[in-house]
Formats: sequence, structure tokens, C-alpha cells
Amino acid sequence: MSRTDVLVTADWAQENLARPGLVFVEVDEDTTAYDGGHLEGAVKLDWKKDLQDPLRRDFVDKAGFEALLSSRGISNDDTVILYGGNNNWFAAYAYWYFKLYGHQDVKLIDGGRKKWELDGRPLSKDVVERPTTQYRASDPDLSIRAFRDEVVASIGNKNIVDVRSPDEFSGKILAPAHLPQEMAQKGGHVPTAINIPWSKAANEDGTFKSDEQLAALYDEQGYDDSKATIAYCRIGERSSHTWFVLRELLGKSDVKNYDGSWVEYGSLVGVPIEK
Amino acid sequence: MCGAPKQGGDLAGIDLTTQTVIQGSVWHDGAPVAGAYVRLLDETDEFTAEVVTSPEGEFRFFAAPGQWKLRSLAPIGKGERVLTADVGLNETTVAIG
Repeated sequence: MSRTDVLVTADWAQENLARPGLVFVEVDEDTTAYDGGHLEGAVKLDWKKDLQDPLRRDFVDKAGFEALLSSRGISNDDTVILYGGNNNWFAAYAYWYFKLYGHQDVKLIDGGRKKWELDGRPLSKDVVERPTTQYRASDPDLSIRAFRDEVVASIGNKNIVDVRSPDEFSGKILAPAHLPQEMAQKGGHVPTAINIPWSKAANEDGTFKSDEQLAALYDEQGYDDSKATIAYCRIGERSSHTWFVLRELLGKSDVKNYDGSWVEYGSLVGVPIEK
Repeated sequence: MCGAPKQGGDLAGIDLTTQTVIQGSVWHDGAPVAGAYVRLLDETDEFTAEVVTSPEGEFRFFAAPGQWKLRSLAPIGKGERVLTADVGLNETTVAIG
């Protein structure tokens, strides 16, 4: 796996918008951005409505994922090119999610919607309709998804990477600062976790830093290549960004995303917390 | 939810006796800038959050008391503002030069 297998530039995307076999997909939590203008021909996925179970806190199941992708006109052999707002957080989450359900060829647009807008590239309000497909998903690949018991068991023996901001890591604030600070869970972090904020892996325009810069970043922060890794944040989307960096850009092995993240861990009875 | 709520608007439902709200507008050439990216940096200049301004150029953060830096990024340029926030409403503007 190398950078060009998993990442395309905005220039490349703009030149290939109409290329057969590619499906551009915008993923956001707030899909008003898509509705106000999207890449020509791109379909949308709503992080909350489409990718989360409406009742339980979990993903949609395999049948639900198949129905979703079929309805968006995505085939198993299509190359899916993901992008979105929030510095590609939700697009990176979708990337991880597509991999979990076994989609082979997925890429991110480097910089996502932010770079596209800052560059002043064209956006379209046209309604996009693609013919329905018969998408078939694989069983979930749980080698890339961590659950709470594994996180507790990993304290002191795996790389636990907390990708939230330093103030969330220390417990000074309970949520990213664009949200009200009214969370039920305790503040702090998983003991022995190292704090390497997702933002250190990105440039200001939302593009990823170079492979050399990224390798140096994790080395300097005490990441141990001989150990397995679990990344977490608050609800698992910023940690998807870091999961993408570690596994897909840097090629590190045995990296899992803990999507339960701090909203789950900080609410568990009896687990250890550090501040 | 982890994306940003709608920016600007009234403060109904926000408890200003506990929340440290930093809000304001981004301006350029005497007019508000819609769709500008505004990031909140902590005392060590580390990224804490980012929002996109509303059609009226407004942004809003929920922080904690202390010193913060706002940095705005838009196709027309960049702007910065350092401020000290207290519990309650902290209003400011960021000018893009």
C-alpha cells in the first residue's frame, strides 16, 4: 500500500470526475454542505442517517450496507473516491467503514471539501441519480475495529493513540470546542495512551502531511512499531483519520479504530482513567 | 454528533453561567465573510476545533476560560486574533487583511 493507492489529489479528481468506473461520494454529518453544492456527479452519504443504526449505537448491518450502496448506484468493482468536510473526518470514517465491509478500491481526495473550496474549484447543485446496483458486502473485518474490552486489556501493552486535542486529553474540555461542553462522561484519557492529535497529521488546508513528516511525528511521540495499535477520539471519526494515516499511508500493521471512543469509555463504570 | 452545529443565531438554550462561548464574525473589506474556515488554537498553538462561518459570517466555539487564538482561512486570505476568554459570552471579530 502506498500513498497513490489510497489518496488522490484535488487536481486528479477534477480531471476524472466523469471517468467510468469511479464513483465520487461526499460524506458529511451535516449534508447541507452537499446540498449547497458538491463535486459534479458525486452522490452523498449522511454519516448519521446512512451509516449509523437508527436504534442502537452501532453501524448499519451487512444487509443495510448492501442496500445503501445499491441505492447509491455503487458496484463492487467501482473505485469509490470519498471526500467531505471537517478536514475529511467523516470521509475517513467512511473509508474505514467501506474497508470493514470489504470494498476493495477506496480512495480519499487529499484535503477533501476544504481544499476544494479554498482552491475555488467548481461545485454543482445538480441532482445526481445513478442506476441501482446489486451490491454485495463481506462480513465485517473486525481486525480493524476495536471494542471496549480490548481497549481495557490493551492498557500498558499496546499503542493506545488518543487523537483528540490536548485539552480534551487532559480533561480540561469534554468535547471538541465547536460543541457545547455538556457531556455525561468523565474527562480524561485511557491510561498509558499517547496524545497525538489528528490535526498534527494534516496541513492547514486539510491535506495530509508528507510520509516523511508523518513517520517523524509518530516516532517523536513514542509510537512503538513493535506493538499493535488502537486509535480513539470522542466518537471515532477523528481517529479514523489517524487510522488512515497509520495503516494506509504509513503501512503500519495491526491498527484498529475504537469507534466507541471516549463517549463510551468515559461512561464505563469501573474502568481506569487518567487525567 | 461531532460536526459543528449551525453557526451564529441566538443563544437560546446555551447556559452562559457554565459555558465559555467564543463567538463573532469574520470580516473583509467592511463585509462579513461567509464560508470562511475558523480554527481555535490553544495556548500552545495546537488545533482545538474548526468551524465554517454562516451566511452572515458568524462562528461560535464552546471553550474553557483561558487564552485562545482564532485563525481564519478563506480563499481571499487569512486573519488571526488572540483573546482571553472567561465563562459566559466572549464576542470578537477576525479581520482578513
